Amino acid sequence: MAIEKIFKDDASEEKGERARMASFVGAIAITDLVKTTLGPKGMDKILQSTGRGHGVTVTNDGATILKSLHIDNPAAKVLIDISKVQDDEVGDGTTSVVVLAGELLREAEKLVAAKIHPMTIISGYRMAAECARNALLQRVADNKGSAEKFRSDLMKIAMTTLSSKILSQDKVYFAQLAVDAVMRLKGSTNLEAIQIIKKPGGSLRDSFLDEGFILDKKIGLGQPKRIENAKILVANTAMDTDKVKIYGARVRVDSMSKVAEIEGAEKEKMREKVQKIIAHGINCFVNRQLIYNFPEELFADAGVLAIEHADFDGIERLALVTGGEIASTFDNPESVKLGHCDLIEEIMIGEDKLIHFSGVEMGQACTIVLRGASHHVLDEAERSLHDALCVLSQTVNDTRVLFGGGWPEMVMAKEVDELARKTPGKKSHAIEAFSRALVAIPTIIADNAGLDSADLVAQLRAAHHKEGCNAGIDVISGSVGDMADLGISESFKVKQAVLLSATEAAEMILRVDEIITCAPRQREDRM
Amino acid sequence: MALAFDEYGRPFIILKEQDQKTRLRGIDAQKANISAGKAVARILRTSLGPKGMDKILQSPDGDVTITNDGATILEQMDVDNQIAKLMVELSRSQDYEIGDGTTGVVVMAGALLEQAERLLERGIHPIRIAEGYEMASRIAVEHLEHISQKFDFGTTNIEPLVQTCMTTLSSKIVNRCKRHLAEISVKAVLSVADLERKDVNLDMIKVEGKVGGKLEDTELIYGITVDKDMSHPQMPKQIEDAKIAILTCPFEPPKPKTKHKVDIDTVEKFQTLRLQEQKYFDDMVQKCKDVGATLVICQWGFDDEANHLLMHRNLPAVRWVGGVELELIAIATGGRIVPRFQELTPEKLGRAGLVREKSFGTTKDKMLYIEHCANSRAVTIFIRGGNKMMIEETKRSIHDALCVARNLIRNNSIVYGGGSAEISCSIAVEAAADKYPGVEQYAIRAFADALDSVPMALAENSGLQPIETLSAVKSQQIKENNPHNGIDCNDVGTNDMRQQDVFETLIGKQQQILLATQVVKMILKIDDVISPSDY
Repeated sequence: MAIEKIFKDDASEEKGERARMASFVGAIAITDLVKTTLGPKGMDKILQSTGRGHGVTVTNDGATILKSLHIDNPAAKVLIDISKVQDDEVGDGTTSVVVLAGELLREAEKLVAAKIHPMTIISGYRMAAECARNALLQRVADNKGSAEKFRSDLMKIAMTTLSSKILSQDKVYFAQLAVDAVMRLKGSTNLEAIQIIKKPGGSLRDSFLDEGFILDKKIGLGQPKRIENAKILVANTAMDTDKVKIYGARVRVDSMSKVAEIEGAEKEKMREKVQKIIAHGINCFVNRQLIYNFPEELFADAGVLAIEHADFDGIERLALVTGGEIASTFDNPESVKLGHCDLIEEIMIGEDKLIHFSGVEMGQACTIVLRGASHHVLDEAERSLHDALCVLSQTVNDTRVLFGGGWPEMVMAKEVDELARKTPGKKSHAIEAFSRALVAIPTIIADNAGLDSADLVAQLRAAHHKEGCNAGIDVISGSVGDMADLGISESFKVKQAVLLSATEAAEMILRVDEIITCAPRQREDRM
Repeated sequence: MALAFDEYGRPFIILKEQDQKTRLRGIDAQKANISAGKAVARILRTSLGPKGMDKILQSPDGDVTITNDGATILEQMDVDNQIAKLMVELSRSQDYEIGDGTTGVVVMAGALLEQAERLLERGIHPIRIAEGYEMASRIAVEHLEHISQKFDFGTTNIEPLVQTCMTTLSSKIVNRCKRHLAEISVKAVLSVADLERKDVNLDMIKVEGKVGGKLEDTELIYGITVDKDMSHPQMPKQIEDAKIAILTCPFEPPKPKTKHKVDIDTVEKFQTLRLQEQKYFDDMVQKCKDVGATLVICQWGFDDEANHLLMHRNLPAVRWVGGVELELIAIATGGRIVPRFQELTPEKLGRAGLVREKSFGTTKDKMLYIEHCANSRAVTIFIRGGNKMMIEETKRSIHDALCVARNLIRNNSIVYGGGSAEISCSIAVEAAADKYPGVEQYAIRAFADALDSVPMALAENSGLQPIETLSAVKSQQIKENNPHNGIDCNDVGTNDMRQQDVFETLIGKQQQILLATQVVKMILKIDDVISPSDY
């Protein structure tokens, strides 16, 4: 009797070895894809979208590359997901996490081929990951106590992060920029407060951090272009025709004159509103919504600078920097907190006019203006800077710092190796494999830089045999160097997240012994 | 295809369009059904036990689920066969009723079907087999009652509960920190449990997840989390001793249900209407303020003006809170849900010791924590994990653990796990079989063999020799007269499940056997399958 078909027509099922192989192959393919972008000498990728216009992105950021891929392999999807989470959670290490997970699976594949049960491999990996984390914990440096040292730590971390990106030429400059911006946040991780404005033209070096706030808007016609000692009212209110919000209300009249009367009343209402706003004693009014010509004219008459249609983020930031509150009603001028800044003026960047608020009261938010040759460069620069800012803001909260350049991997590998020697049973194979996967990361960094990885990693391993060694790969000179002297640091939080999520993902994929794919949903062919 | 003829030799049409339908009859139908049922059971067999493997399921839209939970696997499989669908139903009803053992029940049913196939080949009538199974299941359930143990727990002694939850969690991917999660589940269940009525309302436990962080960061919050932030960015982020007004009316001008029109035809009317409108907003906020609320939670949106007025009067507010959350907040804080501003009174306010906004990661993700509530009966389990699939799987695992804890509170009898209960039942059924005269005896013996298949699958998945291990454990049980010997899946070194602290609930096990028997009986009784043929 033929075995009954139990699935729907196009659904498929893969079992045992085949399922495992499918997931290994998928995961390793993804790893190989992003592997070449790792490290300071990593290469970039061009991504072309299938959408209209075939937009092109040039990037080196693991999360961005993976996000844009259309993947069918379920195991590969798991890896993409961890990369995305890494991006959301700590912002950097998006490539490392995928590479480490891929290497762990590559090692696991060998072990499975050698007839070791996946569950044994998993328990070995778990022990190894725990041991590796402890090894890192023992070697962290924490300079929370001294502000100066901590700042230099931040600088080093920012430079390390930036060195693998397009900004590496000017990394000192941008690191300074990023550290300044993050220090202004005073421990908050809300990166929304840092505004990045991209303007093509000029070179990357022309980018600057502005202490004040820049709003990408124009000043209304006939209004002052420069205000000193400005009092700002930040508002979110309708300044077009202020509708009656009572449900069902409508205008019904029987003669033209009445229409005119009502129109007059409407105008009167708007005039009153403007008067109320002006009565706050302000000389600058920023609204989230449109301002029609009529009220704009009234503002101009009163010598008040009115800015319309600032987007929501802009309003929130402006309220944050100037210390004002976002107002929607204007009946109690005495209790509304006004924003304040020393100088508002129109400035030109490239060809565009922007409004610049300087000398603001609360220095939490700031603006970074990026300049660069083309949109692609600017986009990539923004991503790089975003990575750096994320890492820095996380480091401000968790001040533990590690060295970079393959140093943490070697430290972990050494400890894990020792654990393997002490562990009886089949697990020790898995633990050993874990250490091999860790060593793969410095190997890839060296390979990407065109160095003799076998030689370098062997040297590195020998150097790490001594207690308390700071050796890592110095990609610039192509040799083993002292990371403390070279000033290459990484945040502990990022490394820990890489280690844990990579292990978790590898474990998840290893546990699978069957893949059931449902029939793809029938869609209209839209292509 | 069977045809009937009338006296003139013309065929009667019994089935409409019969040439377009396929039909299986008699023994063929039974065998086809059995093989379909077995195929489903075979898929789940490898997921059983602490060393069971996971499955990747890809949905029609390409989303990936990785799970080990029988009910979830079956639910997401694209099953076409009717009998296979019955098995899916089986697992689902175990999930609804008990919440755990969804894999075991399908494996059990598969084994029963396999045994039935052999008996059919020997020419035993399916109804006799079904009846034999029925008798055997009764024996097994009674035997389970006999070997079960009561155990005591209280709010101070939660250890036995934690142990049972750990048994459930150990087969999932989260077994790395099963202790932690088991404790969370037990504490959550105990804090909402009504120990006098022996009932637990699992709706009071909200399971929330957010990607990022480690599994170890999963926490139990004695309160509610809401995935929302304050309506105005400048409202205070932390409120102590909050008095909460829970509203289901929007901060907007009222919209009467009846259709109406307000006609504006003079300037005066226009102006009064405007004033009226401003007064509305003012009144609303004032009413909230008057009753002494320090936080407003609203199911609907706010008008910009109202929002500012709230901010202005220093009354923090949260908007667009979902209905379920609103209810939970009301339960937790002891407040009443107020549908109209007029009905707001100080007694209807909820109270919470601390309300705070917490942000996560580098994105602008914010959650609102409402803690130290007046009535701490509603709790939230907040899961963190490396990726989305991990969180989903953790949610399912926690759900299983919660169900187990609830079942124990309802009925504190347990049996020991690791296949020991099945082996013990199998011995009892085998012994009872000889007392029955008639053909049913064979079916009862077959039932005993089927019971053995669960420990066999456990041993197989753990990498042990299934037949050797099972026979060793079985003889040990008989020799020592100890029903607590099971399969040593975790290589602890002892077969006594009492020492390994592996428990399962009695009702869970009983349900498994009863449900599996019922479904198998149903499948055996089918002797004709008519289905539209494929084109």
